Amino acid sequence: MKGIAVSTTVNGDAVEFVCDARETLLDVLRNHLGLTGAKEGCGTGDCGACSVLLDGQLVCSCLVLGAEVEGREIETVEGMADGDRLHPLQKRFLEHAALQCGVCTPGFLVAAKALLERNSNPSESEIRYALAGNLCRCTGYDKIVHAVHAAAGDLRRQQKARKKRKAAG
Amino acid sequence: MANDSKFTNQKFKLVGTRVMRPDGVDKVTGRARYGADASAPGQLVGAILRSPHAHATIRKIDTQKAEKLKGVKAVITSADLPDFTGGEGELYNVLENCMARGRALYDGHAVAAVAAVDAETARRALKLIKVDYKVLPHVTDVDLAIKPGAPVVQPGVKTKDKKAAPTNVANVTTYGHGDVEAGFGKADVIIEKSYKTEQVHQGYIEPHACLASVGPDGHGELWVTTQGPFAYRNWCATLLGMEMSQLKVTSSEIGGGFGGKTHVWIEPIALALSRKANRPVKLVMSREEVFRASGPTSPTSIDVRLGATRDGRIVAADAAMRYGNGAFPGIWGEVGAMAAWACYDIENVRSVGYEVLLNRPKVAAYRAPSAPMAAFAVESTVTLMAEALGMDPVEFRLKNAAREGTRASYGPTYGPIGIVPTLEAVKKHPHMRARLGKNQGRGVACGFWFNFGGQTCADLIIDVDGTVGLSVGTVDVGGARASLSLIAAEELGIPYEEVRCNIADTASLGHNDMTDGSRGTFSSGMATIFAARDAIEQLRVRAAKAWGIDVKNVSWKDGKAIAKGKRKSLTLKEIAEASPNTGGPISGHSQVVADGAGVSFASHICDVEVDPETGGTKVVRYTVVQDAGKAVHPDYVEGQFQGGAAQGIGWALNEEYVYGKDGRLQNPGFLDYRIPVCSDLPFIDTQILEIPNPNHPYGIRGVGETSIVPPLAAIANAVSDAAGVRMTHVPMSPPRVLAAIKASRAEKAPTG
Amino acid sequence: MAGEKGKAYLLAGGTDLLVRMRGDFIDPDLIVDIKRIPGIQEIRKTASGFSIGAGVPCAMLGRDKALASAWPGVVEAAQLIGSDQIQGRCTMVGNLCNASPAADSVPALVAAKAKAVVVGPGGRRRVPVEDVVTGPGRTSLKKGDIVVAIELQKRPPKSGDAYLRFTPRTEMDIAVCSAGVSLTLGAGNVVKQARVALGAVAPTVVLVPKAARALVGTRLEDDALMKLAAACEAACSPIADKRGTVEFRTEVAGVMARRAAVMAYDRARGKR
Repeated sequence: MKGIAVSTTVNGDAVEFVCDARETLLDVLRNHLGLTGAKEGCGTGDCGACSVLLDGQLVCSCLVLGAEVEGREIETVEGMADGDRLHPLQKRFLEHAALQCGVCTPGFLVAAKALLERNSNPSESEIRYALAGNLCRCTGYDKIVHAVHAAAGDLRRQQKARKKRKAAG
Repeated sequence: MANDSKFTNQKFKLVGTRVMRPDGVDKVTGRARYGADASAPGQLVGAILRSPHAHATIRKIDTQKAEKLKGVKAVITSADLPDFTGGEGELYNVLENCMARGRALYDGHAVAAVAAVDAETARRALKLIKVDYKVLPHVTDVDLAIKPGAPVVQPGVKTKDKKAAPTNVANVTTYGHGDVEAGFGKADVIIEKSYKTEQVHQGYIEPHACLASVGPDGHGELWVTTQGPFAYRNWCATLLGMEMSQLKVTSSEIGGGFGGKTHVWIEPIALALSRKANRPVKLVMSREEVFRASGPTSPTSIDVRLGATRDGRIVAADAAMRYGNGAFPGIWGEVGAMAAWACYDIENVRSVGYEVLLNRPKVAAYRAPSAPMAAFAVESTVTLMAEALGMDPVEFRLKNAAREGTRASYGPTYGPIGIVPTLEAVKKHPHMRARLGKNQGRGVACGFWFNFGGQTCADLIIDVDGTVGLSVGTVDVGGARASLSLIAAEELGIPYEEVRCNIADTASLGHNDMTDGSRGTFSSGMATIFAARDAIEQLRVRAAKAWGIDVKNVSWKDGKAIAKGKRKSLTLKEIAEASPNTGGPISGHSQVVADGAGVSFASHICDVEVDPETGGTKVVRYTVVQDAGKAVHPDYVEGQFQGGAAQGIGWALNEEYVYGKDGRLQNPGFLDYRIPVCSDLPFIDTQILEIPNPNHPYGIRGVGETSIVPPLAAIANAVSDAAGVRMTHVPMSPPRVLAAIKASRAEKAPTG
Repeated sequence: MAGEKGKAYLLAGGTDLLVRMRGDFIDPDLIVDIKRIPGIQEIRKTASGFSIGAGVPCAMLGRDKALASAWPGVVEAAQLIGSDQIQGRCTMVGNLCNASPAADSVPALVAAKAKAVVVGPGGRRRVPVEDVVTGPGRTSLKKGDIVVAIELQKRPPKSGDAYLRFTPRTEMDIAVCSAGVSLTLGAGNVVKQARVALGAVAPTVVLVPKAARALVGTRLEDDALMKLAAACEAACSPIADKRGTVEFRTEVAGVMARRAAVMAYDRARGKR
């Protein structure tokens, strides 16, 4: 079997890998690139634990072939924090105890980030529907919804402050 | 004093606060390593071939072609494993469940395994294994399995009468007291009802996964997602003929277990593959394998009879409880029979549990195993009785609730317990006064769980900079490291941030029972307190030495050694810094059998809306009231309440194993096995009550499991209220609710 | 691809294909990714309506304001497929060619009288969507045929469509039964034209002309809706499986059709 050589960008870094035609992006991230933050909960797109952003679009990496990502941009949970500064979603998940076992958490964080990038002030219902592709079996989702709501507020405040600075500067 | 487990009612500085968990940053950055996240140099990929038949004799397994495939390093079948036939029954059962020996007992039963250089080679190798099956008749339904003439799952298993022909009833157990028939004789109203619940799965998001490595020297290591590394070590070593000390088991971060990771499934197979190939083997279940071949809970069929006098006093109660055990005998009917009537003070009470064998996977524990089904049957009937008597269902429960001194139906006499306080809290809760809309209904139900204690061991080390490392052997399934660090800091009198809690591997700490039975924080909390007190003893000795006084004159307060009568004190940090010169490292240790876990009660309120045209049900409001003894970290206590309620909601409404006529599981995936998604649920309100457990220094009770006990009944009572027809079959899926609504309309319609 | 000897599969969003590979239902020798074909990821407004490329992920449909306002039922149907994650990948053409009787977008497309644009060794042709699927997992497409786009017509004024499905969960589910309804009203808000299609109640999505006739000439009075539901129930020949019983599917298909008809009617009247 011949491997397929792929050049792509992961969390801002240029990477190259050789994968089998059947291997998924999730397999590639976990087994070739050492990024085990995305988890395989089902392998069929039903649990969202493997969520990543592909050119900014939220996808299940288990339903993307490794060979498809040539020239694309991929963002995983490992790329969410800015150096040693956690993303507001990461902070709020910790503060709100929005995780118990934590295995679904990377997928929730990436999905919530995708939501807040297109809707900076989502209602409870919008949060719940946007996160419906991510299964959590521990929390009953209650604290997750609160955490996302709080992080949305943080991001709006950050945005406002940035605009203010811009206007002043 | 050091190891006195009596409740002391101390004032807490840290326990009860909402601190950040120590493993949190790793878990929000993707750094935390779960079962499938570890790798080893030279590692192979394992894969398992599973039976497509519900019941079959395995005549022959031909592995030759698979063995010859390039890249395949080991192929095993039961022939490569020890044969416990005729030996200790449980060893035989556990190993046969991991790998079929001569017969396949359920769809998904493992029959062979391979280890190969990569996943693709392993996949192709499985396809080259030829198994010659002779298909046998099967049975997957609890009620059909006990009928005469049903296919017998385990011909070797016999009930009490050893001479009788084998049946699918592996055991029968009875609990209760008084004279039940005489009790019914005194009853003004008797309600009899039959109930059924379908099989559900724990549904942890992380599939079973491990990395096994065994060398020709007999030494092995296992990295695995488990609720009990010591239990896994003991099982694996015993099953494979290894010395326990030669096998080191390290628990990974665990991506949910809920009881399903208290049993070995793939781990002995991974070790056997590694031993044969002499290379590390990573073995990870697919989601389909998780559903077909690991740990669902029992399907049940339960008959309940309840008698009460017109003034609202229960005078007799009886339950016959048939619990499906899957293909191997267990204790699930017995546990259900023990839990059934535990909420009430009843003079004449009986429950009989039947262990029924089926061609389904071996049943495993699932959060308060067996209790939710029992509560569904009992609490539905209790509400029916309240209705029949014209009483408020909460008042009726309060009138009959167990109290301190009540003799429980399963034997013991209760100490201080929380059922009456939870019911009083429900009565006062604003939820009970909220107005219901069109097609909405409300239900209330109670639940009980025993809680476990058991063998526990902890080490607490004081580093020279005065910070503290705490090692425990109970796996942290959802925040325990934060709770145990709080406890250690409280006891030592130092800031929470100065304690780091670590989950030890089996080579680094004495035996610990599993994280099950809601025992983690209760028992490791107790061991942590004792280990801290052990360390404090030594800290006092060092201080006494420094001051040249008798240790009797040194006491410990707020993180400092204080000399009686003198204005001297030494902080923990100062003593620690001096320790290399005052006798070397300081550490505390404790080993306990943590008894007196303290039973737990909860009462739930639920509002639902039922669409009368489709039978679809939406939970619109949900409230959990539960006794925690003492909530060490309230966030994670609430989380347990909410998570259990959510699992109960899924079980009540949509989750079920669907078997086809061919005995094969029809829905082994998250698309058709419908656990609740975020948009299915409302916020779940919680109210923590704290009725101290007298058998724990801090008053702690287990909190993890009870929350899944009331939901089935609470929702059944609510759906029945909304739909105007009593629901007796869980899950109350839309087809079942719509059929019940139509049947009731047909019944009510004037004839002719 | 036509010349390929082994089993070749087209990859659009991959949300069905990869699942089938994973479950070992298919073992492709060749996978052809169509997403890099020029124009295949575009929604084009044409003289006769809209042309939606086979590589357009369903999430994009809702972002096209003109399409969403002309065919809200079609867009909503396509956007019910899976989660946000799935939406980022899945396509209407993939949903159609996967040939599941429960495909969400298909009843809405059939009700909308949509056409599939097929390119193959025999050239380019337009096929009514209802003629593409011939049974569960089977299509009328020949070896080498590719559906490159879906075409939707321009809407006459006072038109509206809607799609409703029944699922036990609010999201992440497969239709137990479903209904797509498209209506055009005439003077006095009387239904002039109607198309009704049902999903998951037969081996393929079914167009139910009798149900449509029950609506034509009415203002969706109770009587008309009863007739609609009855016609729908009569058109059902479902299987009983893990997702629902025959009785349930049949009865609830009528309920979905009634509710979808009311939604489509309100939309046609400009009440949203």
